[in-house]
Amino acid sequence: MIVEDFIKKKVLILFAHPAFEKSRVNKALISDMKMIDGLYFHDLYECYPDFHIDIETEQRLLTEHDVIVFMYPLYWYSAPAIIKEWQDLVLTHGWAFGHEGNALKGKTTVNIITTGGPKEAFFHDDENHFTMQEFLSPIEQTARVCKMNYVQPFTIHSTFGITDEILSAEKSRLYQFLNEIMNS
Amino acid sequence: MQAGDFFSQALVYLAAAVISVPIAKRLGLGSVLGYLLAGMIIGPFGLHLIGEEGQDVMHFAEFGVVMMLFLIGLELKPALLWKMRIPILGLGGLQLSLTALAIMILGIIFGFSWQMALVIGLTLALSSTAIIIQSLNEKKLAGTVGGKNVFSVLLFQDIAIIPILAFMPLLATLDAGAVSGTHGEEQLTWTSGLSVWAQTLVVLGAITSIIVAGKFLIGPIFRILAKTRLREIFTAAALLLIISIAVLMMKVGLSPALGTFLAGVILAQSEFRHELETDIEPFKGLLLGLFFIAIGASIDFQLIGDKPLLITELVVGLILIKFLVLFTIGKVFKMCLDNNFFFAFSLAQGGEFAFVLFSFAVNNHVLEGGVANTLIAVVALTMALTPLIMLVNEKLIQPRFGTKERKERPADHIDEENPIIIAGFGRMGSIIGRFIQACGLSATYLDIDPDNVEFLRRLGLNVYYGDASRFDLLKAAGAQHARILIITVDEGDKILEIAKTAQKHFPHLEIISRASGWRNVYDLYELDIEHVYKETFGSAMIMASDAVSKMGLRKYQINRLSKMFSLHDAKAVKEFAKTRRENKSYIRDIKQHFEDLERLMLEDQADAYEEKDLGWDISTRVDEYTKKSD
Repeated sequence: MIVEDFIKKKVLILFAHPAFEKSRVNKALISDMKMIDGLYFHDLYECYPDFHIDIETEQRLLTEHDVIVFMYPLYWYSAPAIIKEWQDLVLTHGWAFGHEGNALKGKTTVNIITTGGPKEAFFHDDENHFTMQEFLSPIEQTARVCKMNYVQPFTIHSTFGITDEILSAEKSRLYQFLNEIMNS
Repeated sequence: MQAGDFFSQALVYLAAAVISVPIAKRLGLGSVLGYLLAGMIIGPFGLHLIGEEGQDVMHFAEFGVVMMLFLIGLELKPALLWKMRIPILGLGGLQLSLTALAIMILGIIFGFSWQMALVIGLTLALSSTAIIIQSLNEKKLAGTVGGKNVFSVLLFQDIAIIPILAFMPLLATLDAGAVSGTHGEEQLTWTSGLSVWAQTLVVLGAITSIIVAGKFLIGPIFRILAKTRLREIFTAAALLLIISIAVLMMKVGLSPALGTFLAGVILAQSEFRHELETDIEPFKGLLLGLFFIAIGASIDFQLIGDKPLLITELVVGLILIKFLVLFTIGKVFKMCLDNNFFFAFSLAQGGEFAFVLFSFAVNNHVLEGGVANTLIAVVALTMALTPLIMLVNEKLIQPRFGTKERKERPADHIDEENPIIIAGFGRMGSIIGRFIQACGLSATYLDIDPDNVEFLRRLGLNVYYGDASRFDLLKAAGAQHARILIITVDEGDKILEIAKTAQKHFPHLEIISRASGWRNVYDLYELDIEHVYKETFGSAMIMASDAVSKMGLRKYQINRLSKMFSLHDAKAVKEFAKTRRENKSYIRDIKQHFEDLERLMLEDQADAYEEKDLGWDISTRVDEYTKKSD
């Protein structure tokens, strides 16, 4: 056990939901996260309601954790605005990337994404033209520029009509996923 | 007066004050009553520690009233005075004319000539500025509607003394021979012997000179004195200013109190306002106390003992007439019942100017000495009774007829408790309350102003009337179940008092507090209150941002800079508070404040805010790119 604790990775959840009070799925998903040892839950919209991101604090948090998780609902095929603001301000040249920017080197990063529409909306067909991986390419490339290991996203689709049973099953799947990452 | 004599007198007066005032305050009687009682005890009819010289002391101590008016003037800017013109002229004019008329009619019925009756009426219509203002300040009621109206009436009365003094000699009906106790005091003024028109000219000239000197002369002089950095010279100059105005006013036959009030109003805008205030304040306090003691000592129990029935009738009659007139006027001016009771009871006594006016009337052959002495005793008694009357109003009448502390709620509604309590519904409290409502939450309100309370009640809100620093009121408002207490009252001391009561009895309450100034911020931090808001900071930041934007800076940049600035400021203030606590070095506040401010401003000028937005600053990348391509 001691060995296991020792190698357990520390997870930072950067959570972004601009209308969390109206959320049902995300509310259920995060409800027990604070009880997970070694996981730090960081609610960006609650901490920076005016988008005034504290760069020092953010960089310190990144340094202290091994796995950087972005968790958000997808809006217009992308992350909520604060994630972009966060990237712009926190991932500075010479720190996160560039010749001397190695602060994030070797860390793992992953996106936890909920979408209202069905899985099929992210296939190539008559109506839809791009896959999830294609939509997330800026995020993926950002991670690579920052020399991080990019893990393909954990997604929960069709949240508009999700039943309690499915939601609870998805929640277990998510916690299982986090557990695997922490112990990998 | 010999030195030994002086010291033994000082010993008696100071000891009387130091012993009786705390006891009176402890018993909830207020300091004024304490002083009055002290005066009676040490006076000729009590322990006889002081004798006839009490009268001289009173004349000397009247100077406290003069200083008080100066300080009141300092608080009032001319614009504010202009805004109050309707209550001053309306309330004050009606009060004085109606009361004087009623007393005059009674006087004529009792066989006085109309001239004598008029003088008696006008004189008795005046109320006691000293007693009332002191009580208002002590009860922190000066800012309420009732308090403001009381003040308006007092101001009108002070102004009215000028024409009363000017025209009284014209009402003389007695032969000079028939008058006893003439001092020939009027020979001392410059205006005696001049015609009424010449007198008016001199009076106007004196007032103009005060205004001109106040506007153009006093500022530069004080600036030079301030540069000497000798505090006592500044104090001396402040005293000199007041005394010279008082002397000038007396020389032209005007009320010194009015002259210094005028000077105060003019200096209200000067940069030395606060310095003057702090310098004069202790003198005023001591002299006023002395004045009250002298009144207590001067009450002629011999005279009262000789004709107890007459005096009692006169005292009760005077208070009754004044009360009825005031209450009627209050109704006409649509004051709510609480304020009206307060207004009418506060002003229902004779005033200290009656002593001056009655002796003046005797000297000018308008009244006989005997009549004047009886009336002076009556006035002194009504003044002594005022604190008691106000106490009766506060403890017996208000609770029965006035605004109730609790709203009568339907029985099925008893346990409606809000998680938020807002202490104070003034400029800040009203905005806070509105937004809380807009967010779909509700709050319980506490306010000391009955008009506010009535207003909130009309809206159906949960409101309690009274002083939020009282434990029982907070408890009644449900503090034991609430989560947050928002303090929005504007007086720094009151804020601290409320916070302390809440911390002591309801430690679970999270306190969010307004702070009225730097000192207040530090004091609140010292109480370990984390959420402290400098009351003017928010709007100042918005104003500054808008101004900078007009200069062409991008709004988003300003937005980010203002956020950084605010955070930096908050951090610095906390640090200052900590160093203060550690050093315990309460150097003069102003000095410390400027030291802190200087540090902040120097830091602001440095590039403290520059490096932060590196993410959008591509200069380092440009460098690296150019290096690569080389």
